[in-house]
Amino acid sequence: MNKANEAEMMMGGDIFVNALIAEGVEHIFGYPGGATLHIYDAIFKQNKLQHILVRHEQGAVHAADGYARSTGKPGVALVTSGPGATNAITGIATAYLDSIPMVIITGQVPTALIGNDAFQEVDAIGISRPCTKHNFLVKDVKDLAEIMKKAFYIATTGRPGPVLVDIPKDVTINRAVFEYPETVEMRSYKPVVSGHLGQIRKAAEMMLSAKRPMIYSGGGVVLGDSSKELIDLTRLLGYPITQTLMGLGSYPPTDKQFVGMLGMHGTYEANMAMHECDVLIAIGARFEDRVTGAVDKFCPYAKIIHIDIDPSSISKNVKVDIPIVGAVDQVLQDLIQTIKETDQKPDAEALTTWWKQIEIWRAKNCLRYDRNSPLIKPQFVLEKLSELTEGNAFIASDVGQHQMFVAQYYQFAQPRHWINSGGLGTMGFGLPAAMGVQIAHPDETVVCVTGDGSIQMCIQELSTCQQFDLPIKIIMLNNGYLGMVRQWQELFYDKRYSHTYMEALPDFIKLAESYGHIGMRIEKPSEVENALAEGLAIKDRLVFMDFVIDQDEMVYPMIAAGKGHHEMLLSPEGELA
Amino acid sequence: MRHTISILLENEAGALSRVAGLFSARGYNIESLTVAPTEDPSMSRMTIVTKGTDEIIEQITKQLNKLIDVIKLIDLTEGVYIERELMLVKVNVSTAHHREEIKRFVDIFRGRIIDVSETNYTIEMTGTGDKLDAFIKTIDSTLILEVVRSGVLGIARGSKSLRV
Ligand SMILES: Cc1ncc(C[n+]2csc(CCOP(=O)(O)OP(=O)(O)O)c2C)c(N)n1
Repeated sequence: MNKANEAEMMMGGDIFVNALIAEGVEHIFGYPGGATLHIYDAIFKQNKLQHILVRHEQGAVHAADGYARSTGKPGVALVTSGPGATNAITGIATAYLDSIPMVIITGQVPTALIGNDAFQEVDAIGISRPCTKHNFLVKDVKDLAEIMKKAFYIATTGRPGPVLVDIPKDVTINRAVFEYPETVEMRSYKPVVSGHLGQIRKAAEMMLSAKRPMIYSGGGVVLGDSSKELIDLTRLLGYPITQTLMGLGSYPPTDKQFVGMLGMHGTYEANMAMHECDVLIAIGARFEDRVTGAVDKFCPYAKIIHIDIDPSSISKNVKVDIPIVGAVDQVLQDLIQTIKETDQKPDAEALTTWWKQIEIWRAKNCLRYDRNSPLIKPQFVLEKLSELTEGNAFIASDVGQHQMFVAQYYQFAQPRHWINSGGLGTMGFGLPAAMGVQIAHPDETVVCVTGDGSIQMCIQELSTCQQFDLPIKIIMLNNGYLGMVRQWQELFYDKRYSHTYMEALPDFIKLAESYGHIGMRIEKPSEVENALAEGLAIKDRLVFMDFVIDQDEMVYPMIAAGKGHHEMLLSPEGELA
Repeated sequence: MRHTISILLENEAGALSRVAGLFSARGYNIESLTVAPTEDPSMSRMTIVTKGTDEIIEQITKQLNKLIDVIKLIDLTEGVYIERELMLVKVNVSTAHHREEIKRFVDIFRGRIIDVSETNYTIEMTGTGDKLDAFIKTIDSTLILEVVRSGVLGIARGSKSLRV
């Protein structure tokens, strides 16, 4: 090899960094270690890519995930081999179940040591296989650039998902010419985009002949940036629409046609309308068990149309009558076009009767709660938060009752603002996810709604927030319990509260202050609104708001295990109506 | 119902474990699985025999198609196809009577004796799984020392073929 060629050669670590830059990546979340030393050295030597140092690899992956959910761009996380990789797995699985586009890079022991139980060796490819869309082991530095290109391509196209790239240490040291491919062509991976026109025509006909139609949309609409098409279609038809937990924000919640979330903690009107509908139009939703309730009781009178980008989502849990595989925006555009062109119109008379019925269900006011309680009701906190931010804040939540209260009471005015772990239900997601959102949107209000259980799963990230000046507003609904589990114990285990009481809670104010943040404790309903306003007004500091709430509050309505949509448990207040 | 699914996949390290992992993670059955490179060494051809209701088989083919390494697949059971399996059997034939008897059955089943020692025959036989089962049932089980089966291979009849 001659001198000139040698000069063009680049070390793997630099190729890696340059590949990220070529992909337009600006932020990467990570934690260093032995196997990634060369990569970190390459990061040190440049200034295009900002690295955010977290305090635990789970936090890095959740932060990259929040970044991706709130922007639509792929999130990137970098961790070392062995424990770095295993710590990342919870985050990867979280992203996988919610189909979030991400590229996770794990360091690996040098190729010569792979399989030797070397120091900090784990089979990252084997461990991550069931929770990634795909993964790659880079065996030769010459393949690195192309694999990076493929990783981003696979992560962001079709049904998105996390892709892991495992890079042995020697690959980061060895040299190759850096050439970043412009395009990728893979004979084994060609995601479909447009839906079958014949199926779309059939679907339009079925939709227009419905007497009791229902639109049920999910996270696919958010991921596919198809909110506009969803709104257009829904308005064009005049049909009621319900959304899954993951779909919230992609249809204006204050609109008359919106009947609220469906499923386990969905509204009475949404679930009843699901049960009674005769044509169900599922859009970018996957009939998950928390949504369907008992499948044998699911939508007993309905013919089902299902639009999804992933063929394997079709008829997986519930048999559908008209499947349409394609990207949601494309399919909806074609569907709208078809509907506009046909002479057939929605059955106005049937629709009037159907809406009358829905209004009767809606009048039950199933989300009412006791407004005269001397204790702070979590619903009230979220209602006020929604009002004060006009539904425009980014809300990252953890998992539990507080998450459901956000879904029920926060009126998300925009898509990509509701950041939560719907599929895996990962406690500990909220704070690091909020960090990723705040990094991507430095001037926006980013709130983390959490519980006293969940916050402690990734509380170390308060330190990251300090280092990177992330002015997140943490709203902790402190009930002193693992509330959601306690709720099940109360309802189904005769109030045997086995291990759901957190008897040793720290002083969260002092804790927040020790990290250099502001802490607030709110104990009376009369203080809620002012405290929120005060906290939200602080734009340059993280504020940790500890709301001491009614310990006994429950999330209603609720569909218990094995029950159908029409068999909801309502709150005592809801029953009064 | 029993289905024979034929798959073309990238001949990449790990591709086999992606398929095997899919079956175990989703609780699908594998009755047999065979895999080897094709005439194009960048691709492998895999034959999987599985059992399940129509819904499960539909999910299996969709989930397989979703694997990034899977290039193409067909469910051979949906058309007419040929199925073959190779079996090697080592039997103990220390008496003349046994040698006679085994030789006769091997001929009837159109197998071949491919190795002979003082006390043993090694038999090669191909056919459908049923035929191989029938042969094993026919011979005296106390004589069998070893049975090695390849698992099922399948190919569509006529001009239909699975290729890129
Ligand atoms: C990592 C993890 N472990 C366990 C669970 C099970 N789980 C679901 S909700 C919940 C309680 C959450 O308590 P908290 O964060 O205080 O919220 P609350 O329900 O009280 O609002 C638990 C333990 C989980 N979802 N994630």
